[in-house]
Parts: sequence; C-alpha cells; structure tokens
Amino acid sequence: MTDRTEERPTGIDNTTGHEWDGIRELNNPLPKWWLYVFYATVVFSIVWSVLYPSVPGLNSYFAGVLGYTQRDEVAADIARAAAGQAAFRQKIRELDVAAVKADPELNRFSVAGGRVLFAENCAACHQAGGTGAPGYPSLADDDWLWGGTPADIEHTISVGIRGQHDETRQSQMPRFLADGMLTAPEVEAVVDHVLSLTGKAPANEKGAQIFAEQCASCHGEDGSGNRELGAPNLADQIWLYGGDRAAVRQTVAYSRNGVMPAWAGRLDEASIRMLAVYVHALGGGE
Amino acid sequence: MPEDRSALKETDSVLGIFAPSLYADRVKVYPRAVRGRFRNIKWAVLTFCLVIYYGLPWLRWDRGPGAPDQALLLDMSGPRGYFFNIEIWPQEVYYITGLLIVGALALFLATALFGRVWCGYACPQTVWTDLFMLVERWIEGDRNARMRLDRQPTSAAKVLRKSAKHAVWLLIAAATGGAWIMYFQDAPTVVREIFTGSASGATYFFFGLFTLTTYGLAGWAREQVCTYMCPWPRLQAAMQDEHSLIVTYQGWRGETRGKHKAGQSWEGRGDCIDCGACFHVCPTGIDIRNGPQLECIGCGLCIDACDDVMGKVGRPLRLIDFVSLENLQNRAARRPERLKLLRPRTVLYGVLLLVVAAIMAAALLLRDTLELSVQQDRSPLYVTLSDGSLRNGYTVKVSNKTRDTMSLRLTQDGLSGANLSIAGSPDSRDALSMVIEPDSLAEYHVFVRLPADRAGRQTTTFDFVLTDESGREVERVHTQFAAPAGGR
Repeated sequence: MTDRTEERPTGIDNTTGHEWDGIRELNNPLPKWWLYVFYATVVFSIVWSVLYPSVPGLNSYFAGVLGYTQRDEVAADIARAAAGQAAFRQKIRELDVAAVKADPELNRFSVAGGRVLFAENCAACHQAGGTGAPGYPSLADDDWLWGGTPADIEHTISVGIRGQHDETRQSQMPRFLADGMLTAPEVEAVVDHVLSLTGKAPANEKGAQIFAEQCASCHGEDGSGNRELGAPNLADQIWLYGGDRAAVRQTVAYSRNGVMPAWAGRLDEASIRMLAVYVHALGGGE
Repeated sequence: MPEDRSALKETDSVLGIFAPSLYADRVKVYPRAVRGRFRNIKWAVLTFCLVIYYGLPWLRWDRGPGAPDQALLLDMSGPRGYFFNIEIWPQEVYYITGLLIVGALALFLATALFGRVWCGYACPQTVWTDLFMLVERWIEGDRNARMRLDRQPTSAAKVLRKSAKHAVWLLIAAATGGAWIMYFQDAPTVVREIFTGSASGATYFFFGLFTLTTYGLAGWAREQVCTYMCPWPRLQAAMQDEHSLIVTYQGWRGETRGKHKAGQSWEGRGDCIDCGACFHVCPTGIDIRNGPQLECIGCGLCIDACDDVMGKVGRPLRLIDFVSLENLQNRAARRPERLKLLRPRTVLYGVLLLVVAAIMAAALLLRDTLELSVQQDRSPLYVTLSDGSLRNGYTVKVSNKTRDTMSLRLTQDGLSGANLSIAGSPDSRDALSMVIEPDSLAEYHVFVRLPADRAGRQTTTFDFVLTDESGREVERVHTQFAAPAGGR
C-alpha cells in the first residue's frame, strides 16, 4: 500500500522522527476535538461523582449531594404498583370469593397476584404450581381434605390446619400402636383392609371389623373420608403420605398430624382471597 | 490538501527532546463543484435515495378496516411491522435480521467487486453530506468563494450568509429527523401532531435527536465520520484484493508531474500537470496521487475533475481511473488488462447472498398466518387424580395473523381415550372449539386427562391438532404427556 511516511508532493516528513533499526513511527495525530471530547467526559465524571453516590468507604460511602439512592426508586416503584392495585384490592376486600371469581377482571387480577403470593408464601411446602410433596397436599388434584370450593380454600388458608388460630381446622388421628389401642397384628390387619379398598391387597375380614369399630367414625364405612373432620378419602388413588404398605402402616401406628400455619394476620384479607382464587384455578377447584 | 497539512507538523522541543504533536486541528475541506460522469451517477443515487427516504412513509396501502394504511410502518406499540402486503409480528423479527444479513452480504460482494461504492454513493453520511454541500455552494459560493468568506473578518453580510446556510441545514435536518419518526408512526398523523404540539414526549425527543445528528454529522463532522468514527472503512480491507476496482491515480502515466504551458512538449514528463483539481474536488480533502488511502471513499469525483483537465490539455482521459491494482500494474507494464470478476471471494459472497436470500424468501412464502404453540406445564408435570387418571396441563397459544375471525377446533392425536378441557371450565370433551379474533393471540390453559385404565406409567408423546371449521388440519404440534415413571 501507500507509503505514508511522507506527504507527496510536498515531501513533508510524516513520521514522529522516532526510528529503531530502520523502523520509523508514523505520526497519525488524533483530531483535537476528539481530545476535547475526552476532557469533557472527565469533567462529566467529576460532576457525576459529586452529585451521585460514588466513593466507597469502609463502613459507608459518599452518598452524593443529590442524595440519590436506588432503594428510593424501588420503594417508589413498589408504592406506585401498590397504588395501581389499590382499587382492585379494595373491590376484592368488599366482595366474597365467589363474586371475585365471577368478575373476569378481578379473577384475572387475583390469579396473576395469587401466583406471586403463592410463590412467596406457599411454594416452600406445596411446591411451585401446587404440585405437592409427601406430607404437603397437591393443590392441583381433585382430592380435598377440607373441601375444594373457593370458600373452603379461603377458610383453610385463613385459619390453617392444626395451627395457632382460634378457629383452626382441627382433627386428630390416634396413634393406634404407639398408644396401645391396637396390637401390631391388628394394625397389620387394618392396613390390609385399607389397601384392599383400592385393590392393592386382598380383603381382610378381621381388618374390616377393626376398621368399622375404630376408623369408620371419621373415615366412613366405605373409607371415603369426611371433609367435616378433615378425614382423608382412603378409597381413592391419592395418598398424602404415600399409599404403599409401609407408609399406611406408619400412619395407622403413629399418626401424622401435619400442620399448616394460619395466614390470617400474616397476609391481608385481599391477599388471602386472591390466593384462594389462584389455588382454585390450579386444576382441582370444585 | 498538502499545503494546509503543514499545520499538522507543529512540533515542540521540550527539554531539547523532539516531541511531535499528537493532536491535530481539523483541516477544513472546501470541495469544489465538479461535473462529469461520476458526479452525475452520484446525483442520481442521491436523488433516488432521498426520494425513497422522504417519500416512502407517505405511500398508502389498503389493508382493510382496523389496520394502518401506511405501506411501510414499524408500529412499536402494536407491535406489528407492516411491509406492503406483509405483516410481521415481533417474534418474526428474524425476517428483518435476514434482510440485514442479505444487505451485509450484498455490501461484501459490491466491495469485493467495485471497492467502496457504498461509501462513495449510497451511504447516508455521503448522501446527506453531499446535499448539505450543495446548499453550502448555493449560499456561500464555490470553493474559492467559501475560503475567501471564511478568511473575511466578521461582517453583517458574512453573518447573514452563514445563518442562512445553517437555517437551511437545520430545515433539511428537521425534515430528515421528522421522516425517521414517520417510519414508526402514521405519517400524516404524526406530522399534524408535531405541528400542533400534541405529539408524545418520545416523539419530540427522537425528532430532535435525529434532527441534531443529521445537522451535526452532515453539516459539521462530514468526512471525519468516515475517517475516525465508521468501522466499515477498516473492515472492507478484508473484502478487497488486487482485483477490486478502486479509484486510483495512474502514477506510471502521471509522473514526473509538473506545470505545463500550452505548446510545450510532453516528451520526458508525465501527464499530471499538478493543477490540484483532484484534491480540490475531493469531499474528504485527500490527494489521490498519494495512492490508495483509508480516507478515500471511492466516489470518483477526482476522476471527473482530472478528465476535465486532461481534455483541456489534450492528453488521454482517465489519468485517475476506476481500476484494479492488478490492471494498474498491467497498464504500467504494457500488459493486456483483464477484468477478473469471478474470484473465490466474489463467488463465495455471491453464493452466500443467494442462499440466504433464498432461505429468507422461502421462509416468507411458506409463512403461516395461523400459528399454534404449545408449552407443557413444568410444575406440576402431571397430576394423579382421585380416580387414578392422569392429567397434564399445557399452555396453548393460537395466533391469528389474518384480518378475519377464525373458528377452530383443537383435538389431540396419539392418546387414545384422552379428553381435553380448558382450565376453569368443568366440561371435558374430545375437541375444544376456539374462536380467535382477527390479528390477535389467544392463550388457553388446556388440561389433557387420560383415564386410569389407559394411563401407563411411562411418559408418551402425542400431537395437538388444530382444524378449521371444515375439518381440514391447519396446524399440528408434537408434545409429550408426562407420567410418574418419566422416560419414554
């Protein structure tokens, strides 16, 4: 390519004059305005550092003369969001849960907000989407211990199960083996009978008899459960603590008594109602 | 201009050490008007580009009621892109990506074949700089008059001329910034809004931004954009070779240069009479006789200027020519010239260009105006119901890209005995009917339930099938039905 070391035709030397072993350094000066733009950025950064948080210290930092913090921005954003939601939440507070569900706009708002509330408060036990886990019921299936209507769900969330609330959902299954109410062979016979309800074991006459005496008052003659008492249906395919022989034996012998906290007092009324709408929409709502 | 460049050589002696200046003042370029073939091509391209740029937003295109009637519109809030009879959705932005790739490959090909034709003729920086220079010439006169005016002390007449020039520049810049906005909003509406003060803050911001960048880049920065800012001049060295056409001074013919008086013999000297016409007309202010250099945008105005002079002094034209370096050497050595257009790189760029263009064209032609997308719920993956049946949930999205309401039926194929239901609705059926509004996307949460006696332990696959009213299948999406044991 072109030899740029001199300007032709004037012959002006276009190098810096530096030369090492015959290699000369070409002078390609930057435009001055470019240099001034660089100075301008330096000035800008100094002004910025004075106005905004900049220099870190050991325990604190220089906060800047404008007193700007991003936390304030977040707080303002949250306040703005809350203000935007206020009208919806007000309406949700005033209506009952069935009416909220019936209103398409409030229903949409509740499902969207309920999803966030669920993730923050419920998903730790019930898993994302209400998948459930052993001991923590699935909220997406069609089996409900205490009822699956929106109103039932709302009440369960509010008062909890075996919780601290005065009106908490309360039920207690005896510890048949641990408390000496049944002997080990009797427990085994009852387990046989329970498994036979879903065809997982042959019929056991002794077990059936013990079941009728000890269990049927809560779980029903046919083992179909009783929602008034929170007694699970033993004749379906859904098992809170597992449906194999070992899990059922453990339940009969030592009982389970899982606990769900009461959310009234922790969450406001509108949030609980939104959660109920969301949970009802997970796929199992009645 | 070499004589002006002596200013660059300002050197200082600090403590006796030679220290060259690392920063230089900009040497203002005063390009002279020129006539000729390349100037005419440049005017034609300039007119073509500007007419398209300013005119296109005003072109109307009837799409029926409820749809914008602007031929080319990128509606950001819609969000839809309208290109004549094509309407694209945000997820189809890859058509624009494809267009940009085709554009880039075309640029590579053109550069490999003809050098910096983009820079010299079609680049917006060149087009608007040329337009601004035209205004400058109208108001302040040609090169010599402008140089004289700049040297004059401030006077009322000088201030008047300069203000008039900047006023016209700003007017053009405003029209340019305004036209940019019109590609994103309905042109007649946004013009009315801008003038009545009822446009949005964002509109005024971008209007002002593009007005000021046009004014600054075309009025003040000019060739500095190409020399210092633009990465493209640096990249294109990779696309050029000795066969690429470039604007070149034929030194073998021109040297030894020197002044020539009428009647003097041309024996023993070159054709270059050192008149300076070539760098007087150069929009970047370089002397092409120094050989190919990065500032050269390949516009060829120096060819016009030199041809004019060569014609007057009666020497062959094209002392400065649009020629490849290879042929330059051939000419110097009196060897036959050869124009080598087919070279590995040009073939590669050409083939790539055709392939990408064909793929994009095929994608566009085979594009669905109705789309079904299915996403299986991840939590819960499956739900066991009390009767032992299994249920999976799916988010089903149907986008209707037409302007008509569509009545459709969603069924499944591959899960015998399964039924479908929409979340929140109690009835489950073999098929779900869906009514999709025009130009919209409908989202459903669909449950698929497989009875206990049909539900295996293994995850299986099946298809969601969308059919139209006549039962014709329009879309099919393959997905899976998860079961406790997982796997397939």
